Amino acid sequence: MIEHTVQSAANDRVEPTVQRGDPVLELDGVSRSFGAETAVDDLSLSVYEGELLTLLGPSGCGKTTTLRLLAGLDRPDEGSIRVEEEAVAGPDSFVAPDDRDVGLVFQSFALFPHLTVGENVAFGIDDWSADERDERVAELLELIGLPEYRDHSPDDLSGGQRQRVALARSLAPEPDVLLLDEPFSNLDVSLRTEMREEVRNIIKETGVTAVSVTHDQEEALSISDRVAVIHEGSVEQVGRPEVVFEQPESRFVAEFLGQAGFVSGQLASGVVETDLGTLPADVIEGLGREYDGATIDVMVRPDDLVATPADGPDEGNGEIVHRQYTGPSFVYQVALDGGDSVYCEHNHADNLALDQRVRVDLQVDHPLAWFPAE
Amino acid sequence: MSVRERVGPLVDRVPGEGDGIATGAYAALATVLAVALVLPLGWLVVDAAALGPRALELTLDSQTLEVLGRSVALVTVVTAGSVVVGVPLAVLTVQASIPFRRFWTVLVALPLAVPSYLGAFAAISAFGPRGPLSDALAPLGVSIPNVEGFAGAAVVLTLYTYPYVFLTTRASLLSLDASLVEAARTLNCGRLESFRRVTLPQILPGIAAGALLVALYALADFGTPNFMNVEVFTQFIYSRHNANMGGYAALLSIQLLAVTGVILAAESWIGADDSGAYASRGNRGAAELDLGLWRYPAMALPALVALVALVLPIGIFAMWFLRGGPGYEFARLSFSWSYGWNSVKVSLLAAGVSVLVALPIALRSVRTDSRLSSLTARVPYVGYATPGIVLAIALVSFSLDVSPELLYKSIPLVVFAYVVRFMPQAIGSIQTSTMQVDSRLIEAARTLGRSRLEAFRAVTFPLILPGIVTGAALVFLTSMKELPATLLLRPFGFDTLVTFIWRAEEAGMYGQAAIPAFVLVLVSGLSMGVLLAQEDN
Repeated sequence: MIEHTVQSAANDRVEPTVQRGDPVLELDGVSRSFGAETAVDDLSLSVYEGELLTLLGPSGCGKTTTLRLLAGLDRPDEGSIRVEEEAVAGPDSFVAPDDRDVGLVFQSFALFPHLTVGENVAFGIDDWSADERDERVAELLELIGLPEYRDHSPDDLSGGQRQRVALARSLAPEPDVLLLDEPFSNLDVSLRTEMREEVRNIIKETGVTAVSVTHDQEEALSISDRVAVIHEGSVEQVGRPEVVFEQPESRFVAEFLGQAGFVSGQLASGVVETDLGTLPADVIEGLGREYDGATIDVMVRPDDLVATPADGPDEGNGEIVHRQYTGPSFVYQVALDGGDSVYCEHNHADNLALDQRVRVDLQVDHPLAWFPAE
Repeated sequence: MSVRERVGPLVDRVPGEGDGIATGAYAALATVLAVALVLPLGWLVVDAAALGPRALELTLDSQTLEVLGRSVALVTVVTAGSVVVGVPLAVLTVQASIPFRRFWTVLVALPLAVPSYLGAFAAISAFGPRGPLSDALAPLGVSIPNVEGFAGAAVVLTLYTYPYVFLTTRASLLSLDASLVEAARTLNCGRLESFRRVTLPQILPGIAAGALLVALYALADFGTPNFMNVEVFTQFIYSRHNANMGGYAALLSIQLLAVTGVILAAESWIGADDSGAYASRGNRGAAELDLGLWRYPAMALPALVALVALVLPIGIFAMWFLRGGPGYEFARLSFSWSYGWNSVKVSLLAAGVSVLVALPIALRSVRTDSRLSSLTARVPYVGYATPGIVLAIALVSFSLDVSPELLYKSIPLVVFAYVVRFMPQAIGSIQTSTMQVDSRLIEAARTLGRSRLEAFRAVTFPLILPGIVTGAALVFLTSMKELPATLLLRPFGFDTLVTFIWRAEEAGMYGQAAIPAFVLVLVSGLSMGVLLAQEDN
């Protein structure tokens, strides 16, 4: 009854299982509790040579604790951590932060206020010979584009410059793994996009293996080679950014990344009847005949849907119950007649009124994710 | 309670509104204050000048130089000792995982409020040449070295001044950005190395600020060197004064003021360069230093310090209290509670007058940014920094010259000395509470139809009342403990708790001093309570 423009689901996206040799960093069943509160719960993860992996999750999900465990600033209660095959934390071993080849860029940058920019960068390599040290500092200041600030106090620097110095300082001792704790949260919004690009370039130029932590999905998706979504102290899903975004393996991931809406329906004879009309099973990722008769929720993102004003009060399939203006676009929340609720993203020029009757159509060129009905 | 801490952070807020009469009255008050403060000190110059050419001779006299040298040596040793005791205690109670941290913090800060002469008195009375504890321990083969003299004075002064270093270092440690130490750790620095390369440079201004306060205290302290018979400035000035060598005493007082000035200059110089030493950058608390099982033996350090500085003197007073002793009536030296009442009386007067004078100064300095008001708020600190004996000598001379009948050895003069010395504490606490009053509250009251005066009465006053009470309490409690000015300026036959202890010590009849000593320990505890309550606000 409703027409939709679903294109055939050519599934060309495969979870990359590219094993780049042995992992540089491995977490195996790591747990950490603070009193009754479990911050990290049986978390396992491998990070490979030269990649930039981001731990993404809401505040309090345990991602910063994980980072502190990796740096050696905290000890896990259970499980083990290996860097370059060497156990740095485990049941019988613990390597202090100063003896680990792990660098950490702090959220607040933590530049030493009593030292100059050059001295800050040289801080971790004071056991090098003076010449080597000078050369390394010069090289890094060149890399971050601040060679003329060598003798300045950190107080003279802007936020973005401080961040670059903090990065250079952590890179100076050539760590096996570089950790970044919410690296952009202390920067102005206008500076963030620019610094994301810049930090990624610097990291890629040095080839260091890096683990970053953030709650900002845009940041995670834009700078990372892989994203690990953390939920309640363990990894919910890990993979390339576009895979995690488009093929969430759990409702949590689906809802945390983007404003996902769900339409429910029952699979019967190769089609699913939903409020948005009849969907062929083959537009839905991995939904085979074996699920016949099952009730499922199909995930639809705001950009998958288009709402058009209905001709009359009895026409259409839903009603706009909420609208959010973000500048470049409108996001309309539509209560479908069948009871489901979805979001539609429109160009800022498409101005629909609240309570307006609309017809929502699906317009996608990629397979849709689904979950068993709740 | 550094001078700078109280003078420095005056936030200038609302520019003065057009109130010409108030400014005039204020200028008059400022002038009166300045004159009242400077005039007595000016008398020192008059007295010293009367010496004529002998002034130079006496200045270069070998005895004078010896006193100067000994004073500097005592100040140096006490300052160094305070750093050695105060810094580890601060690190231990702020950063280390020792049990009962809050308890130890309060306990080791407590000696700050105890006047050092009580400690000196306890030491002399128990371990001095005539001390019963020395006698009691002698048969056991334990011989206590003579506590009198330079070493004894240095130990006692250190025990009651290290809390300055402890508190300023603690403040610096608490404001230290914990992630800096963590950053050092991830950059391959061990614990000790991180402390040396990151923590220490950051807390150094705090340590220095505390050390200078110690130096000021050690230089100005009157009771301890006198009880311990150490010829430093304060002791020597007093003995010259008693020997009717007023001119020489005045000359020495000027020298003492000059040395005080040098320390104050050093303090303000450091103060200018302590960006960040006190400023909290709002990061997490200080990094934890996990001591493991060492946390239990680590408690021995604060426990030992508290034992020597607090428990031991109190124990000695208790011993004297229980022992009593014969012959005191015979010596016409017996304690009477009327001395306590005398102490309370003059201290209450001082507290009342201090608040009345401090209130307009403090309010004005917070509300306006005129140079006159900030100057007026600073002038009183001259009195705060002036050693008590110097002020007392000046006031004796002043009162004798101006009006021997009305002023010399009179209650008003004692109260005046207290006000001059301690009023800045009231200015400080009133300023602090006034700065916390949002000026928009007063503007709100004004837009709701209240006049300026009504707004003050209905809004400002109730809000700053706790600050006024705190200020009054601080002046009262410190006046109760004041020794040199009370001793020199009190009317004949007028004894307070403090002067009675002085006389009992002079007479070597310690038993009678137990009760007033206990009362002063209690007063000290209350002072500390007020300070802590103020800090919590």
